[in-house]
Amino acid sequence: METSLQKNSIDVHEIRKDFPILNRKVNGKPLVYFDNAATSQTPQQVIDVIAQYYSFYNANIHRGVHQLSQEATDKYECARQTIQTHFNAKHSHEIIFTSGTTHSINLVAHGFGTLLKKGDVILVSALEHHSNIVPWQMLCEKTAALLKVIPMTQEGELDMHAFAALLKLKPKLVFVNHISNALGTINPIRKIINQAHKVGAAVLIDGAQACPHIKSDVQSLDVDFYVTSAHKMCGPTGIGMLYAKEAWLKKLPPYQGGGEMISDVTFDKTTYADLPHKFEAGTPNVCGGIAFGAAIDYMNAIGFDKIAAYEHKLLEYATKELLAIEGLKIYGTAKEKTSVISFNIEGIHAYDLGTIIDKLGIAIRTGQHCAQPIMDFYGIPGTARASFAFYNTFEEIDALVKAIKRAQRMLC
Amino acid sequence: MTIAGIQNDIVEEFSMFDDWMERYEYMIELGKSLPIVDVKFKTDENIIKGCQSKVWLHADFKNEKVIFTADSDAIITKGIVAILIRVFSHQSPKSILDANTDFIDAIGLKEHLSPTRANGLVSMIKQIKMYAIAYQTKQQS
Repeated sequence: METSLQKNSIDVHEIRKDFPILNRKVNGKPLVYFDNAATSQTPQQVIDVIAQYYSFYNANIHRGVHQLSQEATDKYECARQTIQTHFNAKHSHEIIFTSGTTHSINLVAHGFGTLLKKGDVILVSALEHHSNIVPWQMLCEKTAALLKVIPMTQEGELDMHAFAALLKLKPKLVFVNHISNALGTINPIRKIINQAHKVGAAVLIDGAQACPHIKSDVQSLDVDFYVTSAHKMCGPTGIGMLYAKEAWLKKLPPYQGGGEMISDVTFDKTTYADLPHKFEAGTPNVCGGIAFGAAIDYMNAIGFDKIAAYEHKLLEYATKELLAIEGLKIYGTAKEKTSVISFNIEGIHAYDLGTIIDKLGIAIRTGQHCAQPIMDFYGIPGTARASFAFYNTFEEIDALVKAIKRAQRMLC
Repeated sequence: MTIAGIQNDIVEEFSMFDDWMERYEYMIELGKSLPIVDVKFKTDENIIKGCQSKVWLHADFKNEKVIFTADSDAIITKGIVAILIRVFSHQSPKSILDANTDFIDAIGLKEHLSPTRANGLVSMIKQIKMYAIAYQTKQQS
């Protein structure tokens, strides 16, 4: 009989059997994969879906009359509905398949090129990834709109007082990540969306780091745009989504021209296809879209509540164990954070640490994490970042601690 | 000593080590012997940026030979920089331009010279060759 404890927690040893890559060795040592914030690993269930696609029904979609095209189209659109249900969008056509978060942000930024005018203010948070900074800088160059930054605190949280003050500038748009990739801070997006709407600003939330940990409800959040990538949540690379409220998708011009996104083409005039196809020019990543749906099914079968609870235990344990290492400092100590630990050790460059522990089979990320403004804020060249997923174990954290101590002996 | 001769010496030195740890420990030691670039040359102009680590490189030209000094903020990078300086410093521009860096592969450090590693080393080798071209042009003019 299942006990209440089992019901509320995950069986990590059973789950690990789903991930063939976790059995491999690196430099002769068992792989310890702690770079989940960069990309998550893929379970066999998703790998099988990819193999089935190419083995049985690979076809171009939406325009073939033949059986294979029909099957592929059905599965692709079914995946769109899976994503719609997962994020609780009102309509499936509010889910636009993109190549990933960066593509989604660029699509929106491009669209706003026609809607902004000189002097309009847009707000971006100090915690952003370069992919949620650069497209807006480009947009500002094009439209002469002004980019203002919501500052952060030493703990790595957004300064909400400063945000309130910035709202007085009546921004047209606000961009914040749901969770910071460099520090793991969970931003108070519900509050941000609510306050931004009061001054008439539209809000885009970058959910790339949130989607593997939190099930977001876009209707309840009342968010205008929510973007993410499949590969952060057990899906393949090269596929992601843009959720946008229907009204915005009707308002924004298409991003790319091509096949699939048109309804009528003559050399005088082209009329665009209905949503979502207006934003999906060319042959899409059919297999990727289907696998994205499978990844969401896989994670939901485990349960996001269980995943979050288990990862929180990993975070607490790792924080305690890492802080016991002499000279180790954690960057990003927000009250609300996910299983990401960004740190440095006194006298050791993160690159050296990452290089040595890689030799011991442990994969972490080192450097600026595509978030140079955060590193500049702390006045450091970069950090080492360990990010945990629901398939990681407490024993692996012990291995990390042991490896760091060994590197410390070599490098200090 | 010729560049090829120095490279052979380095390959021989590294062949004495049994495992990666000894190799890296030796490299860290070599990093400590790097002819450090004078602080006045540690300028933004002389910085070779990688997202992972930084390298500073300065060149002088004396008696028809290019003399390099350098530094890095990461110690493993510094070790490799020291190896490269040992190979390329006090050589003529022509021999620098004719030389390759295949020996890095032979001593098991190829991964650090991958362009994706973003540690400034690949750009550093390019910069060494650029200095050699510049001094060669100066010699010929």
